[in-house]
Amino acid sequence: MDDLLREFITETNESLDVVDVELVKFEQEPNNATILDNIFRLVHTIKGTCGFLGLPRLEGIAHAAETLMGKFRDGAPVTQEAVSLILTSIDQIKDILGELEAAEGEEPQGDDSELIGQLEEMSAKADAAMKGGAAAEEAPVADAEPEAPEEDASAEQALERPLRPGEVSLDELERAFRETEVEVDVVEPEVPEAEEIVDEVEEPEPAPVAVKAEAKVAAKPQAKAAGEGGEKKASGGGVSNQSIRVAVDTLEHLMTMVSELVLTRNQLLEIVRRHEDSEFKVPLQRLSNVTAELQEGVMATRMQPIGNAWQKLPRIVRDLSQELEKPIELEMIGADTELDRQVLEMIKDPLTHMVRNSADHGLERPDERRAAGKAEKGTITLAAYHEGGHIIIEVRDDGKGIDVERVKAKVVERGLASEAEVDKMTDAQIHKFIFAAGFSTAAKVTSVSGRGVGMDVVRNNIELIGGTVDLRSTQGKGSSFIIKIPLTLAIVSTLIVEAGGDRFAIPQLSVVELVRVQTNSEHRIERIKDTPVLRLRNKLLPLVHLSQLLGIYEGENADEAIDADNGFIVVMQVGSQTFGVVVDGVFHTEEIVVKPMSTMLRNLGMFSGNTILGDGSVIMIIDPNGIAGAMASHASSAVTENQEDEHEDLQSRAVSGQSSISLLLFRAGAPEPKAVPLSLVTRLEEFEVSKIERSNGRDLVQYRGSLMPLVYLNEGDCHKTEGTQPMLVFSDAGRSMGLVVDEIVDIVEDRMNIEVGSERPGILGSAVVKERATEIIDLGYYLPQAFEDWFMRKEMDIEALTKKVLFVDDSSFFRNMLSPVLKAAGYDVTTCTGPHQAFDLLENGDKFHAIVSDIEMPEINGFEFCESLRRDPRFRNIPILALSSMVTPASIERGRQAGFDDYVAKFDRPGLIAALKDVFSGEMGAAA
Amino acid sequence: MTVLEHKLNAEQKSASDMIQYVTVVIGGQLFGLPISQVHDVFVPESVTRVPMSAPEVQGVLNLRGRIVTAINMRRRLHLPPLQEGQMMAVGIEYKHESYGLVIDTVGEVLTLSSASAEPNPSNLDRRWAEISGGVHRLDGRLMVILDVDRLLGAMFTEPMAAA
Repeated sequence: MDDLLREFITETNESLDVVDVELVKFEQEPNNATILDNIFRLVHTIKGTCGFLGLPRLEGIAHAAETLMGKFRDGAPVTQEAVSLILTSIDQIKDILGELEAAEGEEPQGDDSELIGQLEEMSAKADAAMKGGAAAEEAPVADAEPEAPEEDASAEQALERPLRPGEVSLDELERAFRETEVEVDVVEPEVPEAEEIVDEVEEPEPAPVAVKAEAKVAAKPQAKAAGEGGEKKASGGGVSNQSIRVAVDTLEHLMTMVSELVLTRNQLLEIVRRHEDSEFKVPLQRLSNVTAELQEGVMATRMQPIGNAWQKLPRIVRDLSQELEKPIELEMIGADTELDRQVLEMIKDPLTHMVRNSADHGLERPDERRAAGKAEKGTITLAAYHEGGHIIIEVRDDGKGIDVERVKAKVVERGLASEAEVDKMTDAQIHKFIFAAGFSTAAKVTSVSGRGVGMDVVRNNIELIGGTVDLRSTQGKGSSFIIKIPLTLAIVSTLIVEAGGDRFAIPQLSVVELVRVQTNSEHRIERIKDTPVLRLRNKLLPLVHLSQLLGIYEGENADEAIDADNGFIVVMQVGSQTFGVVVDGVFHTEEIVVKPMSTMLRNLGMFSGNTILGDGSVIMIIDPNGIAGAMASHASSAVTENQEDEHEDLQSRAVSGQSSISLLLFRAGAPEPKAVPLSLVTRLEEFEVSKIERSNGRDLVQYRGSLMPLVYLNEGDCHKTEGTQPMLVFSDAGRSMGLVVDEIVDIVEDRMNIEVGSERPGILGSAVVKERATEIIDLGYYLPQAFEDWFMRKEMDIEALTKKVLFVDDSSFFRNMLSPVLKAAGYDVTTCTGPHQAFDLLENGDKFHAIVSDIEMPEINGFEFCESLRRDPRFRNIPILALSSMVTPASIERGRQAGFDDYVAKFDRPGLIAALKDVFSGEMGAAA
Repeated sequence: MTVLEHKLNAEQKSASDMIQYVTVVIGGQLFGLPISQVHDVFVPESVTRVPMSAPEVQGVLNLRGRIVTAINMRRRLHLPPLQEGQMMAVGIEYKHESYGLVIDTVGEVLTLSSASAEPNPSNLDRRWAEISGGVHRLDGRLMVILDVDRLLGAMFTEPMAAA
């Protein structure tokens, strides 16, 4: 393919993109002559060039389209059909161009007569429609006539054929061009950028200057030269003498060289810093400044207005608008905001996807909008602006917003979280699920979206370039996606830290703040069991030492890596995850040029690259996403370790906030606080003391039409003598018990680590809740005090149906908490402290109808337990349920593979009962 | 390829497959690297550790503006670390990336006929045989030919397969 053709393809593709945008604008403002002229000129240029290069197919279509547009110019009414038809033609031209490029310059075979026929038909219609209206238009055309002959002559020469009917004379085009000259910047968005190239390149490289001068000289005669070829040049003529096209490769190479220069400069500066009176100081300072400017200049050549990435959107929105039958307006703000072209390329697709999403399930149908009191036409707004070293891109719609309830339902359905967990989440947390893999709430799959692939891909793409995406939504008002990305990928501002004797660079993008901890300072590292946390402005921040994450801690016990008295905490935010990374020292910030890791080391997720520092040493650049991932797994591995501890009954499954559970804090009998998991409590009630009656040697109140026995935490306690008496009500299957307390203190979200076991009946042990030692009460002890048959009665009722259930859990807390629940639901429960005991029982010939097993157990975990059971033919068909505090899609899948029939979250009591009922009903159904 | 290398290659062909080897010593054993693969010899200084990498990766270092991945040959060959004395490194290029093989000392350049190379003895330690391209019998000692492609190639595939 020769250079001329290549250039033609590049240029025509650019022009076509502009035509797309302009046409959509034109459809909305059919009377705007400037826009029409613009389109006309571009199509004409394409047509002309095709003729010049001998591409008859392209020329034919372009010609027919141009003719139709000519009619508009002459005053024919602009119809949507006509615009659609022209857009179709443009698409056809694009297709042919694509093939042309692939075929190295051979115009593909094909027949466009149908399309051309349609265009001609439309032209004829337009002709008929404007009869009479055209008279006014003719005057200016006539005015321009005198110039025409000369120009026409030369045009004919270049074309080697006379003007076709309906074709416009060159002078008219020239006139159009003159009129639209001011618009040139809009037409060719790459122009200002190209201008900069010349400006910046000028200093270091003399060659382009020559080109520039040449261009200046050449431009004039070319502008004068007639014929299609010359006209093409002239179309960009206003600026052609100030800009040149530069291959991207050349710029990339320049960028690499400048990066090297920056590194060398840094090295030199470092050397001079060590020698106080060096004669190199002054010239080096100068070199440093020049380098900085050069770097800035070369960076600028890579910068492109974000509008380039938006170019295709008006067309997409227009097509969507028709397809979905929703009028949509696309508003674009800050299209000239510049960012690195590499970044630009990478956000194009995510942006398109998000706009599609907004149009499809963000905006309502017109009738729904009317009903909601909104304008019928929905608006999608794209906005871009700089903030710090980042660019913020917002995709906003004024549609119905995100239906939190539907997302919740979907979350539960997908097993991403349990119902109880979902209920406790804020709307913002719920919104985050939109980005989970394979998540789509679109009720039906349309051709536009709803296929469930999408937002997770969008998020991945954005994270890949070190960006983040956030979502804000108000139901009924609309939603907005906020993308934050770095301006450039080549040079990163980093914080240099030290850990385990080595230095590492942490990209500042993800660093929120630095906290210095000292024993007597405001901030101090605290520990929950062995897990270090930092209290920072009412939030608990999980901490881990960098050397621990990287496995380079050299001490005996990795947990002691964090020195509570002295250290720096780098507070990092990656997506929605915030955590503290403890380091031994913080040096300074440094602008570094990221160099890729060698292939051998590229599989290390913790690092995104490496670079050479000013002092000549190599430093590893931390990948915040890798750290965030390691942080999560670090936390879960801590869980498994800790669960080997007998008293580590309740463990957080991750250090992040969602691992905490709600605890109800109260006081009873003694001043120290007591706690019970809120999920077990049915209601909190206060009764007038006078309502408390005494009968048969015990206190009772009338509650909801039946008598509710009151239970005291300590034997011999009694209720208040006046005022009201608070109590916790526990209900199950129509029976209630009131646990008398002195005072309900608070409901807190906290992690429950029972650190000290208890020998005292009724108390499971002590845990640190809200920094105070708190007794966790054992409900299983109190329930039978209210009704001795609390756990038995159902067995009587439904004896025939009683099933024997084996409950395996290493944690006594759960054994105590859940076995009453199971008993209450009518099952005969046998508890085991672990798989070994369970195997013994099963080997002894004890028969069970179902097994409920914990997952996180020492020695043999639930998965292994289940797998080994399934291997034994005797137990192949026995229903086995998994019970775990770790409910993730992955763990559910793992459970399914291990042979579990169902997977239930530990605190989901109703879920457990329902799951058991399910397996039994299924079993009975199968038997029947 | 430099002019010198071209010349060397030409010479090799003319001299009936004579190959020049840069000899190095690792743990007392003499090894030979084809001279065409050796770019430079340097003293590995201020090597930055790479956490979580394979044990034989000693780290990365800056060699005249390029980042070089240093591979500790003693660890690669399962030999005890060098107790004292300055380590040396041989710079090689593999798949357009720079690597440094950290060895004990560098010896002379030997020109040997490829015909005189013998295959690996069958009882050679499997880990050694993996990276050895044959053995040359010299006066009084044996020289093991280091096969750079296999040496580095093996390190590539392992982590990739695991990932």
